[in-house]
Amino acid sequence: MTWMVWTLPTAIFFSSIAAMLAGMTIWELRSPTVERKGFLPISTTRGDRLFVSLLSAAFIHLGIIGFTTFPLLVASALSVLWLLILMRWG
Amino acid sequence: MAYQIENTQQGEKYNTIFSKVPAAERRKRSARSRLRKRVLLGTYIVLLMLPIYWLLNMSLQTNSEILGSMTLWPQNLTFDNYIGIFTDSSWYMGYVNSILYVVMNMIITMLVALPAAYAFSRYKFIGDKHLFFWLLTNLMAPPAVFLLPYFQLYYSVGLFDTHIAVALAHCLFNIPLAIWILEGFMSSVPKEIDETAYIDGYSFPKFFVKIFIPMISSGIGVVLFFLFMFSWVELLLARTLTSTDAQPIGMIMTRTSTASGIDWGTLAAAGMLTILPGILVVYFVRNHIAKGFALGRT
Amino acid sequence: MNNKVQNNRAWLLVLPMLVLVAFSAIIPLMTVVNYSVQDVLGPHARFFTGTEWFSTMLNDPALHAAFGRQVAFSLIILAIQVPLGIGIALLMPKKGWQASAVLILITLPLLIPWNVVGSIWQIFTRNDIGLMGWSLSEIGLDYNLTRNASDAWFTIILMDVWHWTPLVAMLCYSGLRSIPEAYYQAARIDRASKWAVFRYIQLPKLTNVLVIAVLLRFMHSFMIYAEPFVLTGGGPGSSTTFLSQSLTTMAIGQQDLGPSAAFSIIYFLVILLVSWVFYTTIMHMQKDKNSQGGA
Repeated sequence: MTWMVWTLPTAIFFSSIAAMLAGMTIWELRSPTVERKGFLPISTTRGDRLFVSLLSAAFIHLGIIGFTTFPLLVASALSVLWLLILMRWG
Repeated sequence: MAYQIENTQQGEKYNTIFSKVPAAERRKRSARSRLRKRVLLGTYIVLLMLPIYWLLNMSLQTNSEILGSMTLWPQNLTFDNYIGIFTDSSWYMGYVNSILYVVMNMIITMLVALPAAYAFSRYKFIGDKHLFFWLLTNLMAPPAVFLLPYFQLYYSVGLFDTHIAVALAHCLFNIPLAIWILEGFMSSVPKEIDETAYIDGYSFPKFFVKIFIPMISSGIGVVLFFLFMFSWVELLLARTLTSTDAQPIGMIMTRTSTASGIDWGTLAAAGMLTILPGILVVYFVRNHIAKGFALGRT
Repeated sequence: MNNKVQNNRAWLLVLPMLVLVAFSAIIPLMTVVNYSVQDVLGPHARFFTGTEWFSTMLNDPALHAAFGRQVAFSLIILAIQVPLGIGIALLMPKKGWQASAVLILITLPLLIPWNVVGSIWQIFTRNDIGLMGWSLSEIGLDYNLTRNASDAWFTIILMDVWHWTPLVAMLCYSGLRSIPEAYYQAARIDRASKWAVFRYIQLPKLTNVLVIAVLLRFMHSFMIYAEPFVLTGGGPGSSTTFLSQSLTTMAIGQQDLGPSAAFSIIYFLVILLVSWVFYTTIMHMQKDKNSQGGA
């Protein structure tokens, strides 16, 4: 495993992704999602909205890292906010 | 069936034009259009074959003739380039290696892709759509991204420089592709067939092998063609995961380029030989390809 | 086909495939992410760099240029190959030995290893020993792909069209074959024009295979590596250096693992976004079509 050169931040990152997937599965088993149409142009399920918010979170981070001098936490805060908005009204 | 309605309207418009044209004239026109089709297609095929012909031409010449003058066909026909390849084990083992890992990949992929495609075509399960999209993203992952981790991964599990390593690595894009195509074919088989078979007392494995697989044999033919194709033509991963024992032919070909110049004749002959297995594969699946993918995907 | 049964035991059928693909996909992906936040000099000499590589890569003008070339290349070849492929599929004979023969000849370029495709074209376009290069020089054109960037571009696009149009043609051909003869008969009775037949019978049937064709072509053209590498080596200068080649040079040639990993991730995210948008649009178009009870 040493060749995978793990670091603490990336380990936390992947664990939280795994935790999210597990959480979504349990949530789905407890109460199955209903496809609905929010402000996104397509009708989505819960999983779709999570995917959209994760993908946009990646691009928000890239944008902040690459083209501004704001600290990374700004990007993360924005992403979490965006995730909540999407999950609720997306 | 919206287009049929529109079709009739269009048709009426053309009726009035066509009815002024006598029948003989129309026949002549259709013969002329058939001829034009033939000529266009023929031109395309000739253009398509030219680079391959040129390779063949060079493979049948000696290096001095290749470099000496411009000849449209071999003046002194020679098979030395081919004989050189077939009598040197370090050369022909390249072909054996490539064929070995391609066949292994086809077998592994089919074994795991058939049940998975069946699951996607028949059942809804948690995360099915996302799983399907994730599979497709693996088709998009540029192998260049993965080269170094691949090398280390296979090195650490002790598979480096084996055929199975390349076969497993090619599963990355071949399994998703196989599932994608097979799912379409399987969805075109009515569900009632499954249900009747279960009522008749077939177990799932028996039904799958005896009834279901024969029904989608065209699909399997098409998939095998694509599996062969993408595994055979891929070189980046294959050469990263091998060094001497399982080196693909594409890598061995780079030996023709040395400090003293390029051995054009051998390069061309080796290139020609990489085309042959492909011809064989297309020949076997030609009717299945013609039958189509589009079946289930309406 | 909307009569699927809800059954989570279907996961058992998917599991073997998942294990295999995950082994080849997820472990390397995790490693790439790990690389991207460190400066890896050796297994025991590595330093955490955080997001530094990402900001370097995002602001690297050479990569911007490679990205621009890549997008231009993918759009150009799609714009040529899709119409050309449809056209050829329409010309192909429908049955008999001619159909088989044409099919075999046309699929030939697809089955040639990619580096051999590069070699074939390298030989074919050389001014001294290649048919095309020699002919162009003979008729007085100053054609030289190692010196002239526009010649190099022209040749690479020609090579890709040569190599991949057959895939589009083959998929469209199989799509056309799935149209029942009755449709054509109806059209003949209506005396529909060829254009009407194409527009209202053939094209709708082709959309599904065209989706496969465009997705496959987009994805493959976006990671094209071996053919231009063998043909032009990315030159002259860096005029034909596409993304995969920049990446490989960085990772293997210069051993800059961190930056190349960061770059890979950005590259992958872009492809993911484009493919997702494309895939979702198509899926929703199909769903709308089905819900209207048509086709």
